[in-house]
Amino acid sequence: MNQTTNQRAWLFVIPVVVLVAFNAVIPLMTVVNYSVQETFGDNTFFWSGVLWFEQMMNSDRFHAALGRQFFFTGMVLLIEIPLGVAIALSMPRKGIWVPVCLVLMALPLLIPWNVVGAMWNIFALPDIGLMGRGLNAMGFDYNYTRQPGDAWFTLIIMDVWHWTSLVVLLTYAGLVAIPDAYYQAAKIDGASPWAIFRYIQLPKLKRVLTIAFLLRFMDSFMIYTEAVVLTGGGPGNTTTLLSIDLVKIALGQFDLGPAAAMSLIYFLIVLLVSWLFYTVMTKDEA
Amino acid sequence: MAKITLQDLRHSYMPNPVADADWALKRLDVDWDDGGAYALLGPSGCGKTTLLNLISGLLIPSHGKILFDDQDVTTLAPDERHIAQVFQFPVVYDTMTVFNNLAFPLRNRGVDAATIESRVKSIAEMLDLTDTLNTRAAGLTADGKQKISLGRGLVREDVNAIMFDEPLTVIDPHLKWQLRSKLKELHQRVKRTMIYVTHDQTEALTFADKVVVMDAGEVVQIGTPVELFECPQHTFVGHFIGSPGMNVMPCDIASGKATMRGHVIETANVADTQAAHGAKLEVGVRPEFVSFADTGLPVQVIKVADAGRFRIVEVACEDVGLKVLINEAESIPADGAHVAFDTKNTRVYQNGWLAGHASASTGGYGA
Repeated sequence: MNQTTNQRAWLFVIPVVVLVAFNAVIPLMTVVNYSVQETFGDNTFFWSGVLWFEQMMNSDRFHAALGRQFFFTGMVLLIEIPLGVAIALSMPRKGIWVPVCLVLMALPLLIPWNVVGAMWNIFALPDIGLMGRGLNAMGFDYNYTRQPGDAWFTLIIMDVWHWTSLVVLLTYAGLVAIPDAYYQAAKIDGASPWAIFRYIQLPKLKRVLTIAFLLRFMDSFMIYTEAVVLTGGGPGNTTTLLSIDLVKIALGQFDLGPAAAMSLIYFLIVLLVSWLFYTVMTKDEA
Repeated sequence: MAKITLQDLRHSYMPNPVADADWALKRLDVDWDDGGAYALLGPSGCGKTTLLNLISGLLIPSHGKILFDDQDVTTLAPDERHIAQVFQFPVVYDTMTVFNNLAFPLRNRGVDAATIESRVKSIAEMLDLTDTLNTRAAGLTADGKQKISLGRGLVREDVNAIMFDEPLTVIDPHLKWQLRSKLKELHQRVKRTMIYVTHDQTEALTFADKVVVMDAGEVVQIGTPVELFECPQHTFVGHFIGSPGMNVMPCDIASGKATMRGHVIETANVADTQAAHGAKLEVGVRPEFVSFADTGLPVQVIKVADAGRFRIVEVACEDVGLKVLINEAESIPADGAHVAFDTKNTRVYQNGWLAGHASASTGGYGA
């Protein structure tokens, strides 16, 4: 076959280049630009090198927010993944209850973030909220606006309520894709329910669980709206997660340089953890 | 090890089967001897897999009984029946090594480690899996995985029967015959009852001592490969087994002779024909038992196909076509050809069934 060189084909790439430039490259470069400069207003900027990065890496405030962020994400993953798998396992595989369960499961996913935050804010209020009042009536001293422990509890419960469904739906899809022959073979081999889970279901779910884990990691690590509406980072700074702190620095204090440096570090952490996890999970797939 | 008896076995996937078509398996009475090799042969959707799942206990029959050595196992769970099954698509436990795969059924039954070790090793050797014992099962080729499936059945010493559900479907053609002869060899070695389900006549006829031919949920004939070939009880068996299949030509009976388009055809069983009014009468003869002759049925040669050592000649007598199998050296007469039939192997079929068969006068299946 004769290949002809036609450089005009490059023209077709232009729309994509423009699109990517405007929605990713240019905004990101703006942030990079801010992160290496200092300004005293008047729209004049001075080169500051890695100063902001150095400052951020040594900042106790950043360390604390990062620690809270890892704690939150860790708790969320620890609860949502096993809970989601457990719910998916106990859902029916056929019959009229399948659509009922699926719709019920999908409902929390359809609610906008700020509405979820507002819902839980009111639901958990100790004086008028159903949950808050109920807990107090049962003798628990519960007040998420004053006690850090209660604030954390509410924050995590809210996320579990909102996002476990995602894990359930992904796992359920993975479960129904397992051919019947595997279960039949296991029956014949005399496998216990635990052995079936451990050696058939779990290995077959590995791919969907990898995706579920990645999605939940990224989303929970970048959570903003729900947490801001629920606790606003309080009481004090006890539930100030990374994104909340970032917005405070960027828009509250208008420290664009440190905020830009912080977002880049933030971004790299998400990227690094996701990459590490994905590489480990897929390393033995030929 | 056990003798398997199926008594008046029927199954339907519907709660209240009424019509004939509601039954996936219509009626089955079979005795399978301990240690035999049996095949269930039939086109897709004929009820083979249903029957297999009934025997292995994955399904409970709607009607009838299954006995292993005169013990009623109809309602027992698969693991209580001590059977093994190899599925159409290889089932292996992906995360385990080959060794652990083979050891799995034993570990589930609480067998001690030393016994497991020796059983697995000897089975692995039988199946040529010794080299791969410590590799992960997921990395094996399809035929290796099927061997593991089979091995999981063989490791257990208490297995009554091993069932195969079209086990060669996903195996590469050049490995099929290898695995097939391996199976045959294993059967001779372990002497377990093996039941092999397939729609491939070559697989069934080479594997089994006795073949059950099924169609539309019904058993059409049970017999040795030779019986099925030489004396089909139904035109379906004639068609389905043999390549090319049996010639089936419409005929009439006049004064005790079968005639086709006015020409008399000598048959082996015309005396058994009951002259039922409106019965469909046919003559069946395999292409192997038809030859060119100087006298006989006048035919025209339509087409010749070369099949290696043989040639398949398509001929026609008026509007009725039939096939003749001749040696490659034999010549084909140009004009005014006649064909003769081997009387011993030429039979009259009434309503599809061999004349004289119990179902022939009533019609029954397929009529």
